[in-house]
Amino acid sequence: MARKPVAPGHADEPTRNTTFDLAHMSVRDVNRLLHEAEHGDFVIKNPRGLHAIVAGLDGELNVSIDGHVGYYCAGMNKRASVTIGGNAGTGLAENMMSGRVHVKGDASQSAGATGCGGLLIIDGNASARCGISIRGLNIVVKGSVGHMSAFMAQAGTLVVLGDAGDALGDSIYEARLYLRGKVKSLGADCVMKQMHDEHKVSLRQLLDASGIGGTVDVSEFRRYGSARKLYNFHISNLGSY
Amino acid sequence: MSSDDPWPRMPPRESAIYDRYTIAEIHRAAATGIYDIRGFGAKRRLPHFDDLLFLGASISRYPLEGYREKCGTDVTLGTRNAKKPITLKIPITIAGMSFGSLSAPAKEALGRGASAMGTSTTTGDGGMTAEEREHSSLLVYQVLPSRYGMEPDQLRKADAIEVVVGQGAKPGGGGMLLGQKISDRVAEMRTLPKGIDQRSACRHPDWTGPDDLAIKIQELREITDWEKPVYVKVGAARPYYDTALAVKAGADVVVLDGMQGGTAATQEVFIEHCGIPTLAAIRPAVEALQELDMHRKVQLIVSGGIRSGADVAKALALGADAVSIGTAALIALGDNHPRWQEEYRKLGTTAGCYDDWHEGRDPAGITTQDPELTRRLDPVLAGKRLANFLAVLTLECQTLARANGKSHVHNLEPEDLVALTVEAAAMAAVPLAGTDWIPGRGC
Amino acid sequence: MCGIVGLFLKHAKLEPELGHLTAAMVSELRDRGPDSAGFAVYGNATPGITKLCAVARQGPVAWPHIADRLSKATNAPVAVAVIDNHALVKTEGDGDAARTWLIDNVPEATVLSHGQSIEIFKGVGDPEAVAKRLDLAGRKGTHAIAHTRMATESAVTLAGSHPFSTGEDTCLVHNGSLANHNRLRDFLRRHGERFQTENDSEVAAAYLTWRRREGDTLEAALEHSLEDLDGFYTFVVGTRDGFAVLRDPIACKPAVMAETADWVAFGTEFRALVPLPGIANARIWEPEPATVYVWNRGS
Repeated sequence: MARKPVAPGHADEPTRNTTFDLAHMSVRDVNRLLHEAEHGDFVIKNPRGLHAIVAGLDGELNVSIDGHVGYYCAGMNKRASVTIGGNAGTGLAENMMSGRVHVKGDASQSAGATGCGGLLIIDGNASARCGISIRGLNIVVKGSVGHMSAFMAQAGTLVVLGDAGDALGDSIYEARLYLRGKVKSLGADCVMKQMHDEHKVSLRQLLDASGIGGTVDVSEFRRYGSARKLYNFHISNLGSY
Repeated sequence: MSSDDPWPRMPPRESAIYDRYTIAEIHRAAATGIYDIRGFGAKRRLPHFDDLLFLGASISRYPLEGYREKCGTDVTLGTRNAKKPITLKIPITIAGMSFGSLSAPAKEALGRGASAMGTSTTTGDGGMTAEEREHSSLLVYQVLPSRYGMEPDQLRKADAIEVVVGQGAKPGGGGMLLGQKISDRVAEMRTLPKGIDQRSACRHPDWTGPDDLAIKIQELREITDWEKPVYVKVGAARPYYDTALAVKAGADVVVLDGMQGGTAATQEVFIEHCGIPTLAAIRPAVEALQELDMHRKVQLIVSGGIRSGADVAKALALGADAVSIGTAALIALGDNHPRWQEEYRKLGTTAGCYDDWHEGRDPAGITTQDPELTRRLDPVLAGKRLANFLAVLTLECQTLARANGKSHVHNLEPEDLVALTVEAAAMAAVPLAGTDWIPGRGC
Repeated sequence: MCGIVGLFLKHAKLEPELGHLTAAMVSELRDRGPDSAGFAVYGNATPGITKLCAVARQGPVAWPHIADRLSKATNAPVAVAVIDNHALVKTEGDGDAARTWLIDNVPEATVLSHGQSIEIFKGVGDPEAVAKRLDLAGRKGTHAIAHTRMATESAVTLAGSHPFSTGEDTCLVHNGSLANHNRLRDFLRRHGERFQTENDSEVAAAYLTWRRREGDTLEAALEHSLEDLDGFYTFVVGTRDGFAVLRDPIACKPAVMAETADWVAFGTEFRALVPLPGIANARIWEPEPATVYVWNRGS
């Protein structure tokens, strides 16, 4: 979609360093203005759990949201940096392509679902299906994740400082999981793997990018990934299907 | 009779239920330990449009002349919410089929043919290719449970968005296609390891249920600035409820795919034993729309076994706004053509029966990625063939409409139809020919 | 498919606000449940008095006359208050007997609830309009559960709306879709349960009633439902002194809880909790799958 070309300083260009108040504006109006912006810093007040806030951003934007957001906040995010002061509902940053999304509270189900790139940081806990079907996104969760996290995760990384719920990495493909806390149970074809130097380096980079590199020891993490036993059908595996 | 008197030998008697096909299937299952997978839709005999007839003109109804007296065929989709609804010149679209299951020339041919006739094509499982966008003047972009290839730029480049809940061949599938290998090309496109068994999610990763679908549709609209019509596609299972729920979830268009709808690769048991016939699905869907006062406001596209202009006209008469073709479109391109008979025989089949589309060895170069085979399909010529086929479908539909006195194909109605069988009469809610009896709805 | 809200007050302070807060929460979820709404309000209990709520099926019902007949038939004083098309019947006699009498003798009305504390109201149409018509905002009490409905496989009727009564002072609301409710309905019928709809949620409610009759505590009944009910569900059950929450093991249907020093609340979406006082500093979490949660006054 071609964005409307707007000359700098033109009256229509959304002002940089602008505050939007969702108590007085609709999500549609805010999203429309941000879709038209190429760059700038924005603050959004009174999100009050509304849905699809800042979904579909594509620009060098910095957006800060004061409060709790509903479903699909920052959905399909490209290039933008979004910080959420409160909690996020289902599907936070689903299918994000690049950029950075940071939630200071908790994230509900399917955080980062099918994400392709960029970095998603969750300061609190994520609930079920965190990182489901990710395809290159890196997720760092400082708290714990719920059941079925990294289900069918294809590529990318899920780092969890806390614990993981049941069926971690069920049917996982080639995504990498790093877990510091306890895992309640592993999903089908997900196994613990060796932590080599390359993994420690890669993990350190993600922790640095998340702002906690200095306080966390990578050797406390364990690595999980696909056993690759269910990649090809064997009748002896019938019980797993 | 003396004991030397020869009696005629008993001819071999095939069991109706343990027929040769079934016996071979049991042998195959015993040998391999895995279910059978194939392409194509349900092949068994089912009540279908052939069991309905138009009444035509008579003394009480007058026909329209061809040529001079217009019979309109255009349809506009997405009027409910989209800023940019799409208008098709003909009420026939090309159904979702993935690049991955189809070859690049096949996708290009579909685009060329559809564009020539002023209608749309649809992406499939795996996202949008640049060629596809280039060759299709109107392109519908599917959002599937797997989300392979999903990304916002493609969403924005599309003319419409189709959220796929299911398809007729496998309502509730996804699932694992054990033993069905992912080719190298497809693996790369979908960020998957090469040569492994295919698994597709059967539910969407970030929503379940119509109440949460409503919120997902809202997100898709926000990402695309509310420009594009949003379709919701379901396999025919509980069409009355599913249509009502799609409307409540905010759909602009409902796409309903009956069990005869094709697939690239699905378990045989799923294709033949799950989902209801297209004929049985249309009236309940239309009734749901009418009860919500949404008929014609939320458009209904029907697919699954549309083969001729007669099928098109009958589907419209039952209340659909448009139809979608998949299998017929591939056949128009050249699938199952007798010119490849030698090769079909080598594959253990024959022209007209070839359905192992998942094996990637299609002699016609349509359901394959093999460069040797795909080279055989000239996209320009094949596109012309599709355009011809679409033109015939349209002319045939107009012929029937005119004969029933309609100046627009949308004015076809159920009262123009009668049924030849009790099943078809009950399913389509039209009377048995020569009577005013609709089984199940009293006299 | 639906929206659920629940509000449980820890002290008497906010009791006058219960209805007002619940109505505000219901408004937030009208989109996901546009077909109908219902609510159960607990409070205003008087020892020795059983309250029964009933709603007219079609057309006006002669409630005062019915109250008279009930009184004579059960040999107990009965009072009735009419609210829109509902009646709040109060009897000093046996509650179960009154309920049975109403079901057997008043075919023009449906009994929605019975108990010392519970009152259930339901209506078809936009939830906000229903709440207004039945003055949800004006009601006081200790706790409330409300439901906004998007009908999936059964009709949009009053009888099909939630909450479903599951026994004295108990009710259930459901978000999701059950898969084995038809056979379970037959089984429960044979075990003495009565049904008014084809609704899957009504089956879940009847299942709990049956388990309670078999001697289960509410917690045990919900534990059993994990084995016996198949499908997707978030259940919120209202009890005389509190409420319970259960999500199925797959837990696809959403559920958010919040707690402060003054209240515990449930909402299908977080935005339903936004109207609550103190939400900005509330503890917010999501119930775990396949885990029974119970809150009671005095615990």
